[in-house]
Amino acid sequence: MKVILRNPRREIEIAGGRRVKDVLRELDVIPETVLVIRGDRMMTADQVVGHDDVIELRPVMSGGRA
Amino acid sequence: MKCRKCGGTAVLELRRHNAAFCETDFVEFFRNQVREAIRRHRMFDREERVLVAVSGGKDSLALWDVLLEEGYRTSGLYLDLGIHDYSVESRAKCEAFAAARSAELIVVSVADTVGAPVPVIKDVTRRPPCSGCGLSKRYLMNRAALEHGFPVVATGHNLDDEAATLFGSVMHWQTDALPRQSPALASTHPKLVRRVKPLYRLSERETAAFAFVRRIDYIVEECPFAKGATSIQHKEMLNRMEDASPGAKHNFLFGFLEKARPAFERGAAVTLNECARCGQVTTGTVCAFCKLSDQVKRAR
Repeated sequence: MKVILRNPRREIEIAGGRRVKDVLRELDVIPETVLVIRGDRMMTADQVVGHDDVIELRPVMSGGRA
Repeated sequence: MKCRKCGGTAVLELRRHNAAFCETDFVEFFRNQVREAIRRHRMFDREERVLVAVSGGKDSLALWDVLLEEGYRTSGLYLDLGIHDYSVESRAKCEAFAAARSAELIVVSVADTVGAPVPVIKDVTRRPPCSGCGLSKRYLMNRAALEHGFPVVATGHNLDDEAATLFGSVMHWQTDALPRQSPALASTHPKLVRRVKPLYRLSERETAAFAFVRRIDYIVEECPFAKGATSIQHKEMLNRMEDASPGAKHNFLFGFLEKARPAFERGAAVTLNECARCGQVTTGTVCAFCKLSDQVKRAR
Protein backbone atom coordinates (compact mmCIF):
# COMPACT_ATOMS: atom_id res chain seq x y z
CA MET A 1 0.00 0.00 0.00
CA LYS A 2 1.01 3.58 -0.61
CA VAL A 3 0.79 6.26 2.08
CA ILE A 4 0.74 9.96 1.19
CA LEU A 5 2.09 12.24 3.89
CA ARG A 6 1.97 16.05 4.02
CA ASN A 7 4.09 18.97 5.20
CA PRO A 8 6.18 18.30 3.22
CA ARG A 9 4.28 16.13 0.77
CA ARG A 10 5.86 12.71 0.27
CA GLU A 11 4.87 9.11 -0.43
CA ILE A 12 5.99 5.90 1.23
CA GLU A 13 5.29 2.24 0.51
CA ILE A 14 4.48 -0.10 3.41
CA ALA A 15 2.82 -3.51 3.88
CA GLY A 16 -0.99 -3.48 3.45
CA GLY A 17 -3.71 -5.87 4.62
CA ARG A 18 -3.83 -4.23 8.06
CA ARG A 19 -6.16 -2.06 10.08
CA VAL A 20 -5.76 1.72 10.01
CA LYS A 21 -4.84 1.78 13.70
CA ASP A 22 -1.95 -0.65 13.04
CA VAL A 23 -0.67 1.45 10.15
CA LEU A 24 -0.71 4.59 12.32
CA ARG A 25 1.08 2.77 15.13
CA GLU A 26 3.82 1.59 12.77
CA LEU A 27 4.32 5.13 11.48
CA ASP A 28 4.21 6.55 15.03
CA VAL A 29 1.31 8.85 14.16
CA ILE A 30 -1.17 9.80 16.90
CA PRO A 31 -4.68 9.14 15.52
CA GLU A 32 -5.92 12.47 16.93
CA THR A 33 -3.53 14.37 14.63
CA VAL A 34 -4.65 13.11 11.21
CA LEU A 35 -7.56 12.28 8.97
CA VAL A 36 -7.07 8.99 7.15
CA ILE A 37 -8.46 9.34 3.64
CA ARG A 38 -8.96 6.68 0.97
CA GLY A 39 -10.35 8.04 -2.28
CA ASP A 40 -13.12 10.45 -1.37
CA ARG A 41 -13.92 8.91 2.03
CA MET A 42 -12.42 9.02 5.49
CA MET A 43 -11.53 5.75 7.23
CA THR A 44 -12.03 4.74 10.86
CA ALA A 45 -9.31 3.01 12.91
CA ASP A 46 -10.82 -0.47 12.61
CA GLN A 47 -11.02 -0.49 8.79
CA VAL A 48 -8.56 -2.61 6.83
CA VAL A 49 -6.29 -1.01 4.23
CA GLY A 50 -5.81 -3.27 1.20
CA HIS A 51 -2.43 -4.17 -0.32
CA ASP A 52 -3.04 -2.00 -3.38
CA ASP A 53 -4.76 0.90 -1.62
CA VAL A 54 -3.51 4.46 -1.55
CA ILE A 55 -4.27 6.35 1.66
CA GLU A 56 -3.54 9.91 2.66
CA LEU A 57 -2.66 10.92 6.21
CA ARG A 58 -3.82 14.52 6.26
CA PRO A 59 -2.55 16.49 9.27
CA VAL A 60 -5.21 18.43 11.09
CA MET A 61 -2.99 20.80 13.03
CA SER A 62 -2.96 24.45 12.13
CA GLY A 63 -1.97 27.77 13.52
CA GLY A 64 1.03 28.88 15.38
CA ARG A 65 1.56 31.36 18.08
CA ALA A 66 4.78 32.17 19.83
CA MET B 1 -17.63 0.84 13.04
CA LYS B 2 -21.27 1.95 12.93
CA CYS B 3 -22.78 5.42 13.02
CA ARG B 4 -24.30 6.13 16.44
CA LYS B 5 -27.30 7.84 14.89
CA CYS B 6 -28.30 5.75 11.89
CA GLY B 7 -26.32 2.51 12.21
CA GLY B 8 -24.75 2.99 8.77
CA THR B 9 -21.02 2.76 8.08
CA ALA B 10 -19.13 5.36 10.12
CA VAL B 11 -16.43 7.54 8.59
CA LEU B 12 -15.21 9.22 11.76
CA GLU B 13 -14.76 8.01 15.32
CA LEU B 14 -14.89 10.57 18.13
CA ARG B 15 -13.35 8.79 21.08
CA ARG B 16 -13.97 11.61 23.53
CA HIS B 17 -17.70 11.32 22.83
CA ASN B 18 -17.52 7.52 22.67
CA ALA B 19 -19.21 7.79 19.28
CA ALA B 20 -18.76 7.37 15.54
CA PHE B 21 -20.74 9.01 12.75
CA CYS B 22 -21.51 8.65 9.07
CA GLU B 23 -20.94 11.76 6.93
CA THR B 24 -24.51 13.05 7.15
CA ASP B 25 -24.85 12.61 10.89
CA PHE B 26 -21.39 14.01 11.53
CA VAL B 27 -22.32 17.23 9.71
CA GLU B 28 -25.42 17.51 11.88
CA PHE B 29 -23.38 16.79 15.04
CA PHE B 30 -20.92 19.52 14.03
CA ARG B 31 -23.61 22.10 13.34
CA ASN B 32 -25.31 21.28 16.63
CA GLN B 33 -22.08 21.99 18.49
CA VAL B 34 -21.82 25.40 16.78
CA ARG B 35 -25.49 26.15 17.54
CA GLU B 36 -24.91 25.23 21.18
CA ALA B 37 -21.83 27.51 21.39
CA ILE B 38 -23.75 30.45 19.90
CA ARG B 39 -26.76 29.87 22.14
CA ARG B 40 -24.86 29.26 25.38
CA HIS B 41 -22.69 32.37 25.07
CA ARG B 42 -25.29 34.54 23.25
CA MET B 43 -22.64 35.20 20.63
CA PHE B 44 -24.88 36.94 18.10
CA ASP B 45 -28.40 36.83 16.74
CA ARG B 46 -29.86 36.63 13.26
CA GLU B 47 -30.34 40.38 12.96
CA GLU B 48 -26.70 41.27 13.56
CA ARG B 49 -23.99 41.45 10.93
CA VAL B 50 -21.11 39.11 11.79
CA LEU B 51 -17.60 39.59 10.44
CA VAL B 52 -15.95 36.17 10.04
CA ALA B 53 -12.15 36.33 10.05
CA VAL B 54 -10.99 33.85 7.40
CA SER B 55 -7.45 32.65 6.72
CA GLY B 56 -8.08 30.09 3.98
CA GLY B 57 -7.55 27.29 6.51
CA LYS B 58 -10.02 24.61 7.50
CA ASP B 59 -11.28 26.16 10.72
CA SER B 60 -12.30 29.60 9.55
CA LEU B 61 -13.81 28.36 6.28
CA ALA B 62 -15.69 25.60 8.13
CA LEU B 63 -17.05 28.25 10.48
CA TRP B 64 -18.13 30.52 7.65
CA ASP B 65 -19.76 27.56 5.89
CA VAL B 66 -21.85 26.72 8.97
CA LEU B 67 -22.90 30.32 9.57
CA LEU B 68 -23.91 30.81 5.93
CA GLU B 69 -25.90 27.56 5.92
CA GLU B 70 -27.60 28.62 9.15
CA GLY B 71 -28.67 31.87 7.53
CA TYR B 72 -26.62 34.35 9.56
CA ARG B 73 -25.73 37.73 8.04
CA THR B 74 -22.00 37.30 7.53
CA SER B 75 -19.13 38.82 5.58
CA GLY B 76 -15.60 37.44 5.47
CA LEU B 77 -12.47 39.35 6.43
CA TYR B 78 -9.19 38.19 4.93
CA LEU B 79 -6.01 39.75 6.31
CA ASP B 80 -3.26 39.54 3.74
CA LEU B 81 -0.13 38.87 5.79
CA GLY B 82 2.18 39.03 2.79
CA ILE B 83 3.78 35.66 3.57
CA HIS B 84 4.99 34.82 0.05
CA ASP B 85 3.20 31.96 -1.78
CA TYR B 86 1.37 30.95 1.39
CA SER B 87 -0.58 34.21 1.43
CA VAL B 88 -1.20 34.15 -2.32
CA GLU B 89 -2.69 30.66 -2.08
CA SER B 90 -4.69 31.25 1.09
CA ARG B 91 -6.20 34.45 -0.32
CA ALA B 92 -7.22 32.60 -3.48
CA LYS B 93 -8.96 29.93 -1.36
CA CYS B 94 -10.93 32.59 0.51
CA GLU B 95 -11.87 34.42 -2.67
CA ALA B 96 -13.05 31.22 -4.36
CA PHE B 97 -15.05 30.21 -1.27
CA ALA B 98 -16.75 33.62 -1.09
CA ALA B 99 -17.43 33.78 -4.83
CA ALA B 100 -19.01 30.30 -4.92
CA ARG B 101 -21.45 31.37 -2.19
CA SER B 102 -21.98 34.97 -3.36
CA ALA B 103 -20.69 36.19 -0.01
CA GLU B 104 -18.86 39.45 0.61
CA LEU B 105 -15.13 39.22 1.35
CA ILE B 106 -13.27 42.22 2.74
CA VAL B 107 -9.49 42.15 2.20
CA VAL B 108 -7.05 44.16 4.31
CA SER B 109 -3.31 44.14 3.70
CA VAL B 110 -0.98 44.06 6.69
CA ALA B 111 1.77 45.64 4.59
CA ASP B 112 -0.47 48.62 3.74
CA THR B 113 -1.40 49.25 7.36
CA VAL B 114 1.70 48.31 9.39
CA GLY B 115 4.14 49.43 6.71
CA ALA B 116 5.61 46.00 5.96
CA PRO B 117 4.47 42.39 5.49
CA VAL B 118 4.84 39.78 8.26
CA PRO B 119 8.24 38.42 7.08
CA VAL B 120 9.74 41.95 7.37
CA ILE B 121 8.03 42.59 10.71
CA LYS B 122 9.61 39.37 11.95
CA ASP B 123 13.08 40.53 10.92
CA VAL B 124 12.96 44.10 12.16
CA THR B 125 11.32 43.41 15.50
CA ARG B 126 13.16 40.18 16.26
CA ARG B 127 9.92 39.01 17.87
CA PRO B 128 8.81 35.43 17.18
CA PRO B 129 6.91 35.70 13.86
CA CYS B 130 3.56 34.66 15.34
CA SER B 131 3.80 37.44 17.92
CA GLY B 132 3.83 40.45 15.55
CA CYS B 133 1.41 38.65 13.27
CA GLY B 134 -1.08 37.92 16.06
CA LEU B 135 -0.89 41.46 17.37
CA SER B 136 -1.52 42.88 13.88
CA LYS B 137 -4.41 40.49 13.24
CA ARG B 138 -6.24 41.28 16.47
CA TYR B 139 -5.84 45.01 15.86
CA LEU B 140 -6.89 44.93 12.20
CA MET B 141 -9.87 42.66 12.85
CA ASN B 142 -11.25 45.11 15.38
CA ARG B 143 -10.53 48.13 13.20
CA ALA B 144 -12.09 46.57 10.10
CA ALA B 145 -15.19 45.60 12.09
CA LEU B 146 -15.59 49.16 13.37
CA GLU B 147 -15.01 50.71 9.97
CA HIS B 148 -17.53 48.45 8.24
CA GLY B 149 -20.15 48.53 11.00
CA PHE B 150 -19.94 44.99 12.37
CA PRO B 151 -20.66 44.67 16.12
CA VAL B 152 -18.95 41.28 16.36
CA VAL B 153 -15.99 39.36 14.91
CA ALA B 154 -16.10 35.55 14.78
CA THR B 155 -12.86 33.59 14.53
CA GLY B 156 -12.24 29.92 13.80
CA HIS B 157 -10.42 29.06 17.04
CA ASN B 158 -11.15 25.44 17.91
CA LEU B 159 -10.90 23.36 21.07
CA ASP B 160 -7.24 22.49 20.38
CA ASP B 161 -6.32 26.16 19.87
CA GLU B 162 -8.03 27.13 23.09
CA ALA B 163 -6.58 24.24 25.10
CA ALA B 164 -3.07 25.04 23.81
CA THR B 165 -3.45 28.74 24.67
CA LEU B 166 -4.67 27.83 28.14
CA PHE B 167 -1.81 25.38 28.58
CA GLY B 168 0.71 28.10 27.62
CA SER B 169 -0.85 30.64 29.97
CA VAL B 170 -0.93 28.20 32.86
CA MET B 171 2.64 27.05 32.25
CA HIS B 172 3.76 30.64 32.82
CA TRP B 173 0.95 31.59 35.20
CA GLN B 174 -0.01 34.53 33.01
CA THR B 175 -2.83 35.55 35.27
CA ASP B 176 -3.55 38.63 33.15
CA ALA B 177 -4.20 36.43 30.10
CA LEU B 178 -6.46 33.89 31.87
CA PRO B 179 -9.54 36.09 32.33
CA ARG B 180 -9.36 37.11 28.65
CA GLN B 181 -9.56 33.52 27.48
CA SER B 182 -13.19 32.95 26.71
CA PRO B 183 -15.40 31.71 23.85
CA ALA B 184 -17.05 35.13 23.89
CA LEU B 185 -15.50 38.45 24.84
CA ALA B 186 -17.90 41.30 25.44
CA SER B 187 -17.35 44.82 24.17
CA THR B 188 -15.82 46.69 27.12
CA HIS B 189 -15.29 49.96 25.24
CA PRO B 190 -17.22 51.70 22.43
CA LYS B 191 -14.27 51.07 20.09
CA LEU B 192 -13.94 47.37 20.89
CA VAL B 193 -16.27 44.99 19.07
CA ARG B 194 -17.29 41.64 20.57
CA ARG B 195 -15.10 38.67 19.73
CA VAL B 196 -16.51 35.15 19.59
CA LYS B 197 -15.22 31.65 18.86
CA PRO B 198 -18.15 29.46 17.80
CA LEU B 199 -15.90 26.41 17.16
CA TYR B 200 -14.48 26.20 20.69
CA ARG B 201 -16.46 23.00 21.38
CA LEU B 202 -14.99 21.22 18.34
CA SER B 203 -11.54 19.68 18.02
CA GLU B 204 -9.12 20.40 15.24
CA ARG B 205 -9.68 16.92 13.84
CA GLU B 206 -13.42 17.51 13.80
CA THR B 207 -13.11 20.78 11.89
CA ALA B 208 -10.75 19.12 9.40
CA ALA B 209 -13.25 16.28 8.96
CA PHE B 210 -16.12 18.74 8.49
CA ALA B 211 -14.17 20.68 5.86
CA PHE B 212 -13.38 17.40 4.09
CA VAL B 213 -16.98 16.14 4.14
CA ARG B 214 -18.31 19.50 2.98
CA ARG B 215 -15.72 19.52 0.18
CA ILE B 216 -14.35 22.88 1.30
CA ASP B 217 -11.18 23.68 -0.60
CA TYR B 218 -8.81 24.91 2.11
CA ILE B 219 -5.08 25.37 2.42
CA VAL B 220 -3.67 22.19 4.01
CA GLU B 221 -0.08 23.43 4.21
CA GLU B 222 0.98 25.11 7.40
CA CYS B 223 2.11 28.70 7.56
CA PRO B 224 5.88 28.51 6.94
CA PHE B 225 6.53 30.52 10.10
CA ALA B 226 4.43 28.28 12.35
CA LYS B 227 6.99 25.50 12.37
CA GLY B 228 8.40 25.15 15.86
CA ALA B 229 5.93 27.64 17.36
CA THR B 230 5.36 27.08 21.07
CA SER B 231 1.61 26.69 20.63
CA ILE B 232 2.18 23.84 18.18
CA GLN B 233 4.48 22.10 20.64
CA HIS B 234 1.79 22.46 23.27
CA LYS B 235 -0.77 21.00 20.88
CA GLU B 236 1.46 17.99 20.32
CA MET B 237 1.81 17.40 24.05
CA LEU B 238 -1.92 17.72 24.56
CA ASN B 239 -2.58 15.28 21.74
CA ARG B 240 -0.37 12.68 23.43
CA MET B 241 -2.45 13.13 26.57
CA GLU B 242 -5.64 12.91 24.51
CA ASP B 243 -4.45 9.66 22.96
CA ALA B 244 -3.85 8.13 26.37
CA SER B 245 -7.01 9.61 27.87
CA PRO B 246 -9.75 10.63 25.39
CA GLY B 247 -11.47 13.81 26.55
CA ALA B 248 -8.35 15.23 28.23
CA LYS B 249 -8.30 18.40 26.12
CA HIS B 250 -12.03 18.94 26.55
CA ASN B 251 -11.86 18.46 30.33
CA PHE B 252 -8.87 20.79 30.63
CA LEU B 253 -10.54 23.63 28.71
CA PHE B 254 -14.11 23.21 29.89
CA GLY B 255 -13.02 22.72 33.51
CA PHE B 256 -11.16 26.01 33.30
CA LEU B 257 -14.08 27.85 31.71
CA GLU B 258 -16.58 26.55 34.24
CA LYS B 259 -14.57 26.42 37.46
CA ALA B 260 -11.38 28.49 37.31
CA ARG B 261 -11.93 31.41 34.96
CA PRO B 262 -14.52 33.22 37.15
CA ALA B 263 -11.93 33.42 39.95
CA PHE B 264 -9.32 35.02 37.70
CA GLU B 265 -11.92 37.35 36.21
CA ARG B 266 -12.78 38.86 39.60
CA GLY B 267 -9.31 40.26 40.10
CA ALA B 268 -8.74 41.58 36.59
CA ALA B 269 -10.22 45.05 36.16
CA VAL B 270 -8.17 47.12 33.67
CA THR B 271 -8.57 50.72 32.55
CA LEU B 272 -9.01 51.14 28.81
CA ASN B 273 -7.85 54.27 27.03
CA GLU B 274 -7.82 55.41 23.43
CA CYS B 275 -4.42 55.37 21.75
CA ALA B 276 -3.00 58.88 21.45
CA ARG B 277 -2.00 58.11 17.86
CA CYS B 278 -4.65 55.99 16.16
CA GLY B 279 -7.56 56.22 18.58
CA GLN B 280 -7.96 52.47 18.96
CA VAL B 281 -8.27 50.93 22.41
CA THR B 282 -5.21 50.31 24.59
CA THR B 283 -4.34 49.90 28.24
CA GLY B 284 -1.44 52.36 27.83
CA THR B 285 -1.00 55.72 26.09
CA VAL B 286 0.16 54.46 22.66
CA CYS B 287 -1.12 51.06 21.53
CA ALA B 288 1.08 48.05 20.77
CA PHE B 289 0.16 48.19 17.08
CA CYS B 290 1.39 51.79 16.68
CA LYS B 291 4.60 50.90 18.54
CA LEU B 292 5.09 47.96 16.18
CA SER B 293 4.41 50.18 13.20
CA ASP B 294 7.01 52.72 14.46
CA GLN B 295 9.57 49.98 14.86
CA VAL B 296 8.95 48.84 11.29
CA LYS B 297 9.25 52.39 9.95
CA ARG B 298 12.48 53.09 11.85
CA ALA B 299 14.04 49.94 10.47
CA ARG B 300 13.19 50.64 6.84
